[in-house]
Amino acid sequence: MSHQAAPAEADARMASLSSGKNQRRSRIPQIPLHLMILPGLLLVLIYNYGPMLGLVIAFQKFVPARGIWDSAWVGLENFRYVMALPDTMQILRNTIVIAFMKMIAQLVVPIIVALLLNEVRKQWFKRSMQTMIYLPHFLSWIILGGILVDILSPSEGILNAGLSWLGIEPIYFLGDNHWFRFVLVASDTWKEFGFNTIVYLAALTGINPTLYEAAIVDGAGRWKQTLHVTLPGMASIIILLSVLSLGNVLNAGFDQVFNLYSPQVYETGDIIDTFVYRIGLEDAQYGVATAVGLFKSIVSLTFISVSYYLAYRLANYRIF
Amino acid sequence: MVERLTWSRKAFIAFNYTFLTIVSLMCIIPLVHVLAISFSSSEAAAAGYVKLWPVDWTLSSYEYVAGQAAFLKSMLVTVQRVALGVTINMLITVLIAYPLSKETSVFRPRTFYAWIFVITILFNGGLIPTYMIVKYTGIMDTIWALVLPTAVPVFNVILMLNFFRNLPKELEEAAFIDGAGQWTTLWRVYIPLSMPSLATVTLFAIVGHWNAWFDGLIFMNTPDHYPLQSYLQTIIIRQDFSAMASADLDSLTQISDRTAKAAQIFLGALPILIVYPFLQRFFVSGIVLGSVKE
Repeated sequence: MSHQAAPAEADARMASLSSGKNQRRSRIPQIPLHLMILPGLLLVLIYNYGPMLGLVIAFQKFVPARGIWDSAWVGLENFRYVMALPDTMQILRNTIVIAFMKMIAQLVVPIIVALLLNEVRKQWFKRSMQTMIYLPHFLSWIILGGILVDILSPSEGILNAGLSWLGIEPIYFLGDNHWFRFVLVASDTWKEFGFNTIVYLAALTGINPTLYEAAIVDGAGRWKQTLHVTLPGMASIIILLSVLSLGNVLNAGFDQVFNLYSPQVYETGDIIDTFVYRIGLEDAQYGVATAVGLFKSIVSLTFISVSYYLAYRLANYRIF
Repeated sequence: MVERLTWSRKAFIAFNYTFLTIVSLMCIIPLVHVLAISFSSSEAAAAGYVKLWPVDWTLSSYEYVAGQAAFLKSMLVTVQRVALGVTINMLITVLIAYPLSKETSVFRPRTFYAWIFVITILFNGGLIPTYMIVKYTGIMDTIWALVLPTAVPVFNVILMLNFFRNLPKELEEAAFIDGAGQWTTLWRVYIPLSMPSLATVTLFAIVGHWNAWFDGLIFMNTPDHYPLQSYLQTIIIRQDFSAMASADLDSLTQISDRTAKAAQIFLGALPILIVYPFLQRFFVSGIVLGSVKE
């Protein structure tokens, strides 16, 4: 502090700080707090709330040259148009199936790996395992997509080289509708499981060691300890993460799909987000694309709200 | 805790160590493979000789990439966006997190402001309206289009504000008694005490800006203004698919393309690999500290 308050003055301030809530509020300056929030508030109002208002073009035949004010209103026409498209149901199904498969994989794999890592006694081993498994989490889908395209290539990829060594015909993983969803789920799990594993491991370190001692005294072996101490100790974080993942029910992973798919696999791999991109920014059907986006936003809002409410009720989770 | 090792226990331990080793190697082997290709001659790469170690060691693919003006230009754009974007992200994060970390009895509008920010997690306008707003605000095709729409990282704000809330209230009261205002308390008391969390959030912001590619793709009209990841998207991903659609047409140009692509993939990941040890150090502690609530 630049200046030292005289003792008497300090006493007076102390008295005013501790005497009742009302006075305390008036004593602590509020204006600076508002000022601090202001820049962020303005940016959020423009770039987050602005687009929410812009959703009105879902009900317009939007023409950029005319803008929002002069474009013709068409009611629910855009929604009807999308519903009549032959691919719409397939895209919705793809989105839900892919998102759901990813949710399950992201729940099961990290729990298993965390339990196995928890059994490791050598700290250096544990630490180097952790270092390796969550590296892919920090790389972009451009990098990982580039890597996958290379190793999965039917002509020169290392995976197909291995398969042909085993006498199996090369598989066009990224161009085959039988394989594409599997590749999506597997590669997403590969990228993200390490990150969730770390979260579970952190939860495991919070388990009271005396519980294990008590279990040993009661004659529990390793397996019984895992079953009756470790898993219940992880229960709340498992519930929390799985409940929160509900909000992703329509998030099949735009970044990943966009960088891996091609027209051959639209049948199994095209999702809402990639569809919106194509009709909106490639075909310039702004109104229709916004209508699809609005549908997704509303469904997501419902699921996220429910998931946060459940997380609050089940795991006493509050975001702020 | 003394353990007697039964036979089955020993078998489990052996299995466990082997299994975990395989799992963790699977996470980095693809990266090592691409790195090996990037240092190999194009003939060796095309013939499929390269596994995890370069064959016919050469730097020619890196020389090729270094000679590409577009690659270097996009790298420069990325460096700019990271510098500008992370600075703005961090300023905004701290400036929002501090007031929101106050008790509602101290700062009454706290709940109102908090909801304004949280609603942006729950609901968003989607692709097209966001695109329109960027266009209307006149920042299309400028560096600001990469920085301003994502200027408020709400998750980082929540992380930071939870950390601030766990700092002892007495520190703040002592600062007020000594005559410090809100700004001084923030800069001289809160910030110095929050270095581990700030480091975590800063690294998140750096990684986020380095990895972002979609905004560059849609907000930049001229490829000259593409950041690195957007540039790589057009070079590696899009072209590769047109090449892969005719997998049998392995012309010579495509073959030499493979090592060049590998080099660019690796260079695109390199900065992340460099900050990774730091990320790792702060990330678990930062997350755990930020998430513990009273």
